[in-house]
This record gives sequence, structure tokens and C-alpha cells, in this order.
Amino acid sequence: MTRALEFQDLTLGYDRQPAVHRLRGEIAEGSLTAMVGPNGAGKSTLLKGVTGSLRPLEGRIAFGGLARDDIAYLPQQSDVDRSFPIAVSDLVGMGLWREIGGFAGLRAAHRARVAEAISAVGLEGFEKRPIGSLSGGQMQRALFARLLLQDARLVLLDEPFTAVDARTVADLIGVVRRWHGEGRTVIAVLHDVDTVRAHFPRTLMLARELVAHGPTAQVLTAENQFRARQMCEACAGPPHICGRSAA
Amino acid sequence: MMWEVLVQPFTDFGFMRRALIGCIAISVGATPVGAFLMLRRMSLTGDAMACAILPGAAVGYLVAGLSLGAMTVGGLIAGMAVALLAGFVTRVTALREDASLAAFYLISLAVGVLIVSTRGGNVDLMRVLFGTVLALDDAALILLCSFASVSLFALAALFRPLVLECADPQFLRSVSGLSAMTHFAFLALVVLNLVGGFHALGTLMAVGIMILPAAAARFWAVGIGALIAAAVAVAMLSSLAGLLLSYHFSLPSGPAIILVAGLAYALSLVFGPVGGLAGRAFPRRYLEA
Ligand SMILES: Nc1ncnc2c1ncn2[C@@H]1O[C@H](COP(=O)(O)OP(=O)(O)OP(=O)(O)O)[C@@H](O)[C@H]1O
Ligand SMILES: [Mg+2]
Repeated sequence: MTRALEFQDLTLGYDRQPAVHRLRGEIAEGSLTAMVGPNGAGKSTLLKGVTGSLRPLEGRIAFGGLARDDIAYLPQQSDVDRSFPIAVSDLVGMGLWREIGGFAGLRAAHRARVAEAISAVGLEGFEKRPIGSLSGGQMQRALFARLLLQDARLVLLDEPFTAVDARTVADLIGVVRRWHGEGRTVIAVLHDVDTVRAHFPRTLMLARELVAHGPTAQVLTAENQFRARQMCEACAGPPHICGRSAA
Repeated sequence: MMWEVLVQPFTDFGFMRRALIGCIAISVGATPVGAFLMLRRMSLTGDAMACAILPGAAVGYLVAGLSLGAMTVGGLIAGMAVALLAGFVTRVTALREDASLAAFYLISLAVGVLIVSTRGGNVDLMRVLFGTVLALDDAALILLCSFASVSLFALAALFRPLVLECADPQFLRSVSGLSAMTHFAFLALVVLNLVGGFHALGTLMAVGIMILPAAAARFWAVGIGALIAAAVAVAMLSSLAGLLLSYHFSLPSGPAIILVAGLAYALSLVFGPVGGLAGRAFPRRYLEA
């Protein structure tokens, strides 16, 4: 199997203080990976590294032929301005940016795809609603519809199911599995171990350093989880102490 | 009677017709930009930029007196410089953009007023601060109309990146490198329109015609397109009403226009169907009425 990306002794951090330390590992093309770890483990930081918005302090990320355009990213805290007067279908339609760019108009074929994406996430009938009138879960559905249209080879999801009810989780997992079926590479940060066990073949466990990475059943052991918690607690102080003790 | 009150001032006096044309140009050019300023929560930034234009225009005034060209060029240079500087300071320091802008504009306002008043008298100072909408000559009208056209076309071209920069900046950064360009192009449009508005309405009132109609339109329109259209309509009606008021009651015209726009805002706040007070307090009755 070809690799989608490879972490090569990757150290990421803020103000020279590492948050992810000396990470090594490979994500295979077309794999469906859950990323787990305690709060502050560096999961979001790692995704920011992959999108390129955070430069590595050391090491690098090698992409197996992926361009920046091929990555779609759903941040943990999206800064969507919910009060902005824009309709759901317009927000979702922005997912076509790679094809239509900043200036070209939407053709009928594009509109049909927007409608298809909206119905794929179960938001039919909400097309003309302003985004400010959506509930949190409905907003998350809309953001997934936009991801669908981005048609990216690598999809990064940072805690996509927080504050989302079981029904919506089930629907959105369906979207994730659809991506997996289409051969896209998906990495999702999750806290709910049951969801991970049920739907994610591979897991990467992070606690500032790599704890384990492999088939989910082998990674999500009680022992590993305990170790991860201990490693993070040891780093609960200022991050540089963590960096030094690990070096 | 109606004819005499509403139309005759314009048929009888050329300066009223010119003022109306100038105001319509400003409404078409500046108000859509103002709508984005408001939506980006940058209304006060607009205010700050308006003051930043003053020292530039004042230097133009020092060099060439009350000359249209010199004051326009000076204002554009000063406005762009402050926009760039504020953006730059925000990027390299931890200071938030509003804080750095506030610092720049307070200094600018003081410097501008000092320059104008050392050279000219109070009359000139009043013209710079409150504009001369009743004394627009051909050159000024051409300038206002060209600024409005440029602004309208640029806004149309920038529309999608700008909407995204407001609604979901993180997403814009993730799909394209246009984010910084969009931001600065938008600031440039703000400066352009402020300099245009400055000639008609003066430094202190130019922002009013950008922000107030947009704020009023917020209570009438749901989508961004409708909001811009409503804002332009409010701006035009305010200009018309303000000019008539200033004619019949010999009020200073710039403040009269802004005051009418303010009144439109207050009425919208109360009676507007989208989140207005009346709609909130009596939802049923209001809908039936
Ligand atoms: N912008 C930032 N500036 C400085 N430090 C940061 C910043 N963002 C995160 N950190 C620090 O980096 C470390 C890792 O943060 P990160 O957001 O990657 O954790 P996480 O694994 O995503 O946690 P959570 O499960 O709470 O989302 C934390 O110690 C955090 O305090
Ligand atoms: Mg996180």
C-alpha cells in the first residue's frame, strides 16, 4: 500500500515549545484512522501541522504526492461567523472552491452537486435557511456537506462529533464510511472509544509523543490508555519540561 | 404643494441637482462596502480610517489649498498607509487590530486638525470636517462617480472571497492563498470610498453614509444580496430627504443626511421584520398587522 503521509521525526509546537514530540509513523493511502489521546495530547496540533498552518520545529511531514489542494480540514473550533447573512446552500457551495475558484459562477451541474451534498447529510429543506438559524448539529451536517464537495483525497476531522446527538453521529459516520469506500484517506480525532472501535480500522494514540499506532484492537488497550494518561499528566506542567524529560 | 417641497428645489437649483448626484454616487459605491464593514464587525475601524485620511488631506490642503486633486491624493496616501501599517502592526505584534487602529486614528485626527487650522481659518476646517456637498463642481462629481464605479466593480470581483473572509476565514485560508490579498483589497476599497465621501460629507460624516444604511438594512433583509440592495436604497432615500431638509430649514447638509440615515436606523431597529424590537415584543400581533 502506498503512503498518504509520513511523519519523519516530527516535532510541532508553539513558541518553540513542543506540543508533539518526535513523531514517526505512516498513514497509508485510503486508510481510515482515528486519532485518540487525552486533552492537550497534541492531536489538534498534529492536524494543523498536516494542513501546513503550523510549521514543524524539527523533522518533516512527507506527502505521498498530495498537494495542499487535496486536503480538506474540519477544525475543532470552526470560526464560522454564524451571524453572517448567508444561506446554507451558499456555505456548502463554497466547498467547490477548488473547481470554481474565487470568481467564476456556479453552473447547473454545480448546483446539482450542492443539492446532492445537502441531501447526503440529511439537510433537505434547509437550503435557503440562513446559517444563523441552524442548530449546532445541523451546522455540523452543513460543514460535512461542504467537505463532501471539496472532493479531497485526504480528509482531516478534528472532533467532528462533539455536541452532536447519536442520530447525527450515525449519519455523519455514514459520510465518513462513504469517503473510506471511495478510497480517500481519513484521519479523525475522536474521544469516544466505542465509536472508534466500531468504525475505525486503525488508531493512532498520541500523548505528546506517539503511544501506539496500528490496528484499533491492538492500540486501544487498557494498558496503552493508562500509559497515555500518565504521559500527559507528566507533561501537565509547562510543555518545555516535557520536551526536556523526553529528550 | 408636494411638487414644490420635493421636486422644485432640484429643478430650480443646479447645486441641489449636483448634490443629489454626488450623494447617489456615494450611496452606490460606499454603502455596499459599508455593509461588509458592518458584517465584519469593523464599523469602528471605518471610523478610525476616516480620521486617518485627515492628515493626508490636510497636507494636500497645505500644499495647494482647497484643491480637489491634492486633497484626494493626500487622503488616499494617508489612508492606505494607515491601513497597511495597522495590518502590519497586528501581524507582527500581539496588539489586536482595533487597538492599533485606535492609536493611529487618534494621532491622525489631532495632526490633521492642527495642520488645517494653522494654515486656514475655521471655515476651511469646517469644510474639511463636514464636507461641501452643496458646492460640488464638475471635477468633484466626476471623481465621485469614478470612485463609485471602481468600487462597485472591485466589490463584484472580490465578492466570493470577501464573503468567505467574513463568514469563515479559516476555510478561506485552507482553500486558497487569497486571504491576505482579500483583506488588504477590502481595506483599500474602504479608503477609496472614504476619500470620495470626504469631499461631499467631510471626514467625520463620510463613515455615516457607509455604516448607518447597512445597519438599518440588517433589520429588513436576510441574505447578503438583499442586505446590500436595501442598504443602498436607504442611503439614497436618506440623501434625498437630508438634502431637502437642509434646503428647507437651512441646515448643514452633511449632518442632515446622516441624521436622516440615523433616523432610518432607529425606525428599522424598532419596526424591522428581521429581529426588530416590535417583532420581538409582539410577534403575533406584528405579523397580523
Ligand atoms: N495556539 C497555541 N499557542 C500555544 N500553545 C498551544 C496553542 N494551541 C495548543 N497549545 C498547547 O499545545 C498542547 C497541545 O494542544 P492541542 O490543541 O494539540 O491538544 P489536543 O490533543 O487537541 O487536546 P483536546 O483534546 O483538548 O482538543 C497543549 O498543551 C496546548 O496548551
Ligand atoms: Mg484538539
